[in-house]
Amino acid sequence: MRSVPLWAGVYIGLLAIGAALCAAPAFDSSAGTPWSEFALLAVLYTGCEQITRSRLVGRRAPRGMVGFFPVLLAGVFLMPPAAAALVAVPGAALARVERRPVLPRRIWRPARYAVACWAAAQVHVALGGRQLLAAGSPAAPDFPVALAPAAAAALVFALVVAALDGGVLATAERVPLRSAWRGLFPRSLAPVLVHGFAGLMMAVLWRSPYGPLAALLVLLPMYVSCWVFAQYHRERAAHQATIRALVQAVDIKDEYTRGHSERVGEASVLIARELGMEDERVEVLRFAGILHDVGKLGVPTRLLRKDGPLTPEERRVIELHPEYGHEMVRGIGFLGEARSAILHHHERLDGSGYPYGLVGRQIPEFARVVAVADAFDAMTSTRSYRRGRPVADALTELKRCAGRQFDPQMVRALVRALGRHGWCPAVTSDEPEPQQRAAAQAAPAPMPTPAPVPRPRGDHAPLAGDRPR
Amino acid sequence: MTRRQTARQLRVPLTVRAVHAGAALLAAGALAHVLWSGLHERGVALAFGALVLVGELARRSDATRGDDRGGAVREREPAPLGAAGALAYALLGENAGHATHHGVLQVVAVAAAAFLAGAVPHLARGRAPTLDHMARRVLTIAFAAVLFQPLYNSGKSAELIGHGPYYALWLVVIVALTGLCDAVLAAALVRARTRWPFGPLLRDELRAKRGIGSAVGASGAVMALAVAVAGLWALPLFCLPLLLTQLSFSRYAAVRTTYRQTITSLARATEIAGYTPQGHARRVAALSRAVGHDLGLSGADLVVLEYAALMHDIGQLSLVDPVRHGATADLPAVEQRRIALLGGAVVRQTGVPADVAVVVERQADPYRDQPLTARIVRAANAYDEMARGEGPGGPLAALERLRLATGRDYQPEVVESLARVLSRGGLAPAGG
Repeated sequence: MRSVPLWAGVYIGLLAIGAALCAAPAFDSSAGTPWSEFALLAVLYTGCEQITRSRLVGRRAPRGMVGFFPVLLAGVFLMPPAAAALVAVPGAALARVERRPVLPRRIWRPARYAVACWAAAQVHVALGGRQLLAAGSPAAPDFPVALAPAAAAALVFALVVAALDGGVLATAERVPLRSAWRGLFPRSLAPVLVHGFAGLMMAVLWRSPYGPLAALLVLLPMYVSCWVFAQYHRERAAHQATIRALVQAVDIKDEYTRGHSERVGEASVLIARELGMEDERVEVLRFAGILHDVGKLGVPTRLLRKDGPLTPEERRVIELHPEYGHEMVRGIGFLGEARSAILHHHERLDGSGYPYGLVGRQIPEFARVVAVADAFDAMTSTRSYRRGRPVADALTELKRCAGRQFDPQMVRALVRALGRHGWCPAVTSDEPEPQQRAAAQAAPAPMPTPAPVPRPRGDHAPLAGDRPR
Repeated sequence: MTRRQTARQLRVPLTVRAVHAGAALLAAGALAHVLWSGLHERGVALAFGALVLVGELARRSDATRGDDRGGAVREREPAPLGAAGALAYALLGENAGHATHHGVLQVVAVAAAAFLAGAVPHLARGRAPTLDHMARRVLTIAFAAVLFQPLYNSGKSAELIGHGPYYALWLVVIVALTGLCDAVLAAALVRARTRWPFGPLLRDELRAKRGIGSAVGASGAVMALAVAVAGLWALPLFCLPLLLTQLSFSRYAAVRTTYRQTITSLARATEIAGYTPQGHARRVAALSRAVGHDLGLSGADLVVLEYAALMHDIGQLSLVDPVRHGATADLPAVEQRRIALLGGAVVRQTGVPADVAVVVERQADPYRDQPLTARIVRAANAYDEMARGEGPGGPLAALERLRLATGRDYQPEVVESLARVLSRGGLAPAGG
């Protein structure tokens, strides 16, 4: 079992004591805790926790949905603060813990929710939310006035949870406090408000003549939404795996370029960030980089693996790969601009590229980015027939060809980005052979190859880096 | 749209026409009645009408997209908010403690008017909801209203059920029955159009109800109850969870669509590489799905079938030289098995369900060792390969060859089902 940092232990211990102090008044016989209602809510919450974490939903509970807040918030609106603090305890303590260490987590989770529920309930009481839920006679909730205390209570709940989460991140993971807190609260705001209103509806129906059964119905849409969200995550993971498989299929055919695609994706992202593109376009550009050579699937394997120089005829066949690639991904809607990048990544600024010989700005922006990234990785990575060149050399070469072959703006962006972040490609598309991967990454690789044999390669033949020296 | 589909739409089966006509008559009658006699509780009617309208406007406009044969991305409920709002109006008995008096016809009129008005912008963009869908919704809402309103308005339900927890339970029962009615109706419509067996279709529809259908039903019941307690303020409040559900669903649908597109293009890779003829994977997928439906497979199995059919030739990518015309069915068995295993290895990396990889791996095995899905893909694949290039008699000759090989390679039942599917003319034989 991994040991818990001392400060984190102290922090969780203090929090547990605080939670116990919050909940203690509930056991006072004069407090008049409605125990039967409490039991119903606690059982409900436990059930929800078990369901959301079971296989029905999927093992990986999506972020931001951890914990089933509507029930907790209904407790906040219905129970006295001390009892509201207790509602979360059995469910959170019994929920499955995926990661070690288990015991501190089993204490931390219920304590966190207990304190947050207690604070939210105090706010709700202080703002007079209780009277507004059942005002007049016959008792009816006073809308829309009742919304205000409910929203305030939900906000306090989110705020306390975020603050406590930041604290545990700071003590256990040694994240600086400010960066631990940044983004925690804003991210949880929208879900908690929705959950807050659902909790309010539960509370209203719970107190109505229709009783807890009607309140239970509120949970069904929330549960379905949670389930769909998990499905979405699973499907997205599968989708990404499929894209990787496409890349892998290229790697199977063209053994020399293992991991090249993923690294071109990374370099493209570096350039895109430097140019200040929005996140969505950056993501599409990553796919453009990853998939830029997918058309090689259409080139006969014999040709891709051929030793020795290519005949003009063979070169023409290889130069079809951008068009093959475009044909292949044409039907994938989300790739958007990336599709034109795949088609045009071998165009050159002076019009001497292929397939269409576009000039300057006619070449789509994404294609100009991918062209630079592609050339850069082709030069710096070590292939079985030659060593990779140092990053500085490659950049010099790129600068030399800027204006004729590459867009100077993209080259400058790459130089700036590498100056800031350095070049340490983290991934290759597949990791079957770790040695190979290491060899591909380390530029001056300690490979036992006696002398790099310069071999003109079809696809990059006239490229700066592969030019016979 | 292909010419084939247009032709199919021209001869609409009688059942479908009857359903459409019934729904149209009902909606027109209800609207005429309301115009004649005026609205009860105008404010409530307008609020619910507005809610349904908003839900319709927010519907996902890509919802009715599907490939030929109603592909795997067919949406079950593209506008959950609108459906839940209409259902809530059908089940509404009180507004903030005061009884309401609208009857069945007013419910249908308000819902139909909002549905139609909400369809206008989508119509302008050329993505109108299908007639089937509209008709189904009008009839379903009418069904729910008929179960609830007369009993409530006559005061019988107060006598029998009271106004406590049992009332909520009663609404839940009505919602469940409405869901059942909708599923039967949907399955009957699909059955009438495609002549696929009714049982599996109904099972599919009911299974789909577990997801967004149950959320819509529960929301409808809760909205009706919440308005009864808290007045119309409950409506906007209740849009939120449902909008959340709708958002999750649209993201899910979007990623499913791109996933399918990716798999399709992975399948196209073998065609572009010249390993298989143009359109082969897509034809085998369509044929396999049709046979799967004919044999009564449902839901998850059909998805497995489709993905496996699309990717069944993927193993050929790792061959150094292409097989002539990609006709693997004529290769020696050992070679076929090797390609199948290679393909399975690629498929395993794609993150599709493991069942798909099994289907691809077992492609070359005798049918007795295969799961049913693999038998279907194998027969469909062999048919498409053999029927091509044999002239006008190709399809018949191919079927004959399949029948002769039912001793070992192809399951007789699958081949007969294939023949049935082909004789219905649902699919043209391989071309190109």
